[in-house]
Amino acid sequence: MEVPILKQGAVLIATFQAALSDADLNQLRMGLVQQVVKFRSRAVIVDVTAMDVMDSFASRTLREIAHMIRLRGAETVIVGIQPEVAFAMVQLGLTLEGVATALDLEEGLAYLNEKFKTAN
Amino acid sequence: MSAGEIRVSINSDQDIVSARQKGRMMASELGFSPGDATLIATAISELARNIVSYARKGQITLKMVNSLNRQGILVVAADDGPGIADIRQALRDGFSTSGSLGLGLPGVRRLMDEFEINSEPGRGTIVTVKKWKL
Repeated sequence: MEVPILKQGAVLIATFQAALSDADLNQLRMGLVQQVVKFRSRAVIVDVTAMDVMDSFASRTLREIAHMIRLRGAETVIVGIQPEVAFAMVQLGLTLEGVATALDLEEGLAYLNEKFKTAN
Repeated sequence: MSAGEIRVSINSDQDIVSARQKGRMMASELGFSPGDATLIATAISELARNIVSYARKGQITLKMVNSLNRQGILVVAADDGPGIADIRQALRDGFSTSGSLGLGLPGVRRLMDEFEINSEPGRGTIVTVKKWKL
């Protein structure tokens, strides 16, 4: 299942529609990096509200996405990690170190607005 | 196949998703909380991922279990892959031979209540885990 990527001004928003396979996650990683370049985006929000499980592969891929996008000079915010999913991630020993997270899409956008405001 | 038992063949990354979804469904049917169902689904995801990464194909079996007055779920991940030479090392946090995070097995052990592994080089791996309903 492909993840749709919406462009909203300088921000790209990728919203998971359902549980993703490894191939879907890899495809998302390529798609996001390409579109950040194409649209000269300043930030990416990845909404994982619909992600049923965040295992080692999914966490690593999200971290890679954030790091690749940072190398382009843009920001990434992961939003919508469900409480049960967060609990399982901690038990599993997975972290999203160095990656910004926010409660939901709204909070993610607010975080970016604040960040861009202070940067200007 | 007895009642209350589900087998999922693991051959691709898509099967990882289907195995954990079936596991979550069974856990919910057994009355596990959504939180515990997510822990079980996450453990299944890691076990299925190990099969795909190391053995390419194998099988996950999900089964309802009873013990005394407790009810739980049993997950068996079996493959005929290369097996694990040093199980102790594989159970240590941070160990990996496939370029993954290497948190798989120790993490799965933390997510579940009971954990057992049988493996020999060249003879495949069987990981058996259980979680009991509170």
